[in-house]
Amino acid sequence: MKSIRLNKTTRKNYLTYGLVIVAYVILQLMSSSGATTSTLQGMLVPICAYVVMAISLNLTVGILGELSLGHAGFMSVGAFTGVTAAIAAGNAIPSAAIRLIVGMVVGALFAAVIGFLIGIPVLRLRGDYLAIVTLAFGEIIKGIFNNLFVGIDSRGLHISLLSDKTNLAEGGKLIIGGPMGIGSIPKISTFTGGAILIMITLIIVFHLVNSRAGRAIMAVRDNRIAAESIGINITKYKLMAFTVSAALAGAAGSLFAMNYTTIVANKFDFNTSILILVFVVLGGLGNMLGSIIAAAALTILPEALRQFSDYRMLVYAIVLILVMLATNNDTFKAFLAKFKPGKKKKEEVS
Amino acid sequence: MAFLSFLISGISLGSIYAIIALGYTMVYGIAKMLNFAHGDVIMVGAYICFYATSRFQLPPLVGILLAVVVCTILGIVIERLAYKPLRAAPVLAVLITAIGMSYFLQNAALLLWSSNPKVFPPVVPTGKISLFGGQLTISYVTVVAILCCIVIMLALTWFTSKTKMGKAMRACSEDKGASQLMGINVNGTISLTFAIGSGLAAIAGVLLCSAYPTLVPTTGAMPGIKAFTAAVFGGIGSIPGAFVGGILLGIIEIFAKAYISTQLSDPIVFAVLIIVLLVRPAGLLGKQIREKV
Repeated sequence: MKSIRLNKTTRKNYLTYGLVIVAYVILQLMSSSGATTSTLQGMLVPICAYVVMAISLNLTVGILGELSLGHAGFMSVGAFTGVTAAIAAGNAIPSAAIRLIVGMVVGALFAAVIGFLIGIPVLRLRGDYLAIVTLAFGEIIKGIFNNLFVGIDSRGLHISLLSDKTNLAEGGKLIIGGPMGIGSIPKISTFTGGAILIMITLIIVFHLVNSRAGRAIMAVRDNRIAAESIGINITKYKLMAFTVSAALAGAAGSLFAMNYTTIVANKFDFNTSILILVFVVLGGLGNMLGSIIAAAALTILPEALRQFSDYRMLVYAIVLILVMLATNNDTFKAFLAKFKPGKKKKEEVS
Repeated sequence: MAFLSFLISGISLGSIYAIIALGYTMVYGIAKMLNFAHGDVIMVGAYICFYATSRFQLPPLVGILLAVVVCTILGIVIERLAYKPLRAAPVLAVLITAIGMSYFLQNAALLLWSSNPKVFPPVVPTGKISLFGGQLTISYVTVVAILCCIVIMLALTWFTSKTKMGKAMRACSEDKGASQLMGINVNGTISLTFAIGSGLAAIAGVLLCSAYPTLVPTTGAMPGIKAFTAAVFGGIGSIPGAFVGGILLGIIEIFAKAYISTQLSDPIVFAVLIIVLLVRPAGLLGKQIREKV
């Protein structure tokens, strides 16, 4: 504000970058000094993955304005293709960090392709119909990965559906084992890798939103007919946002999967999609910082509630309902507005 | 004969989906919200009936009635506590609340009734009807499910078209503000819709568990999603649509299981749904609303 005058959006974007970096540095310092518990340590990578998932879904729901109930499907695509790529590249690339990058890039690419293909028919629909079709695609992807067998041997990759017909040569290895999922995944995901992915995601999303394309996407969200009448190609911009969102989810899925030794398709079901949607809605539509905080807080919350043992998911549900009731309550909103001097003025004007 | 037997079991499964979908579609029509907790109301209904008949040795009919009563009250309470304060809130806020309610019911059931699967006692007498000299056998549950669905369907059609309350319901779903000006008790009507939907969910729960007798706290989740799909399939908000959508979904599922692959039956069902929606974007019997600029 002193030398360079930044507008409100840019300031907020830099604030988001800054907070992510600060959070990363603090957590990294804490874990190197041994101040973090082992539970928190184990949750760092999943938190990063969920944060990226929340930001990418926010692009679809908040910026594009289309409700998607199958976001976990893209995570699944990214996880399975990314891990397969990382395992297949296992011998050729010795460095774990590069294998992680390869995995995430392959995951992102496959998810982007699937997102693009799904987007073409899906984005013709509107509202709840679009929501149900994304749900359906999520379930279809889950069903296919539950019955997919992929093996690798000296002759290359072998893929079969429904039953193991890969007929691997001597020394071959079954990577995806249908309902068993992928076993013996190299645990190469790191917190640093996750934090870098979050930063890359933020850079991509902020640049997209603040570009000409981003403004077109938001114009489509705010008024489709008006946007179309001034010559915006609706399908193109919808597909753009949807594909970017899918690609980021794919990278997150890849990161997520390589934090565990085994991963099954049922992990990425309807409930996971809903979980991420909850992050987005609680964080605020179109608000990336909100998504990050909500994703991190709600991933930690069930763990923090562990002292309630059996009651923790019940408490989680009640907290969820109460937060939604409170944030939509006029008395409560007015009460909160008192603490925001900047916003108060605005409300008085309107 | 195999084809006929698959068809009948498809219609039977479809009838159960249709009964659940009716609850979804009525609530959607009037409150314009996707009630994700609906699937879990099914589960609660099934548990109530299970405890009434197997623990307290009540006759099955009393068990079913008890389940219907409890679920009806549950539906009204859920609507009053969680959804009513959010009438004016954004659609997504209501959706998340409904999801929260669904988590709540599942976890409450987990605490109350534990995660051990319960074997649901047959509410409908076990036995089979043999036709064509034993070539075609139909179990009683199948017949009861189909009959139940037809009776419910007819009763609902009569209710919404002939009675004052039913007309109020249709008026509210078309225009709440105008209905209020005409002296219709909008809140009461919405509560009534939730009550009917939840009562139907209880019946569906009992039928579902009689046909597939394993009962766990997540029993309602998948049928809930399928029925929701069925409601959209037929055109959400339309009562005959939910009926047609449910029946077709059941038939497709059973045929996919029988002729293509058991594991891939769910993906096939959803793929058919997508194709139908691409051809008819508002569902089979949904109203195609033309946009005016």
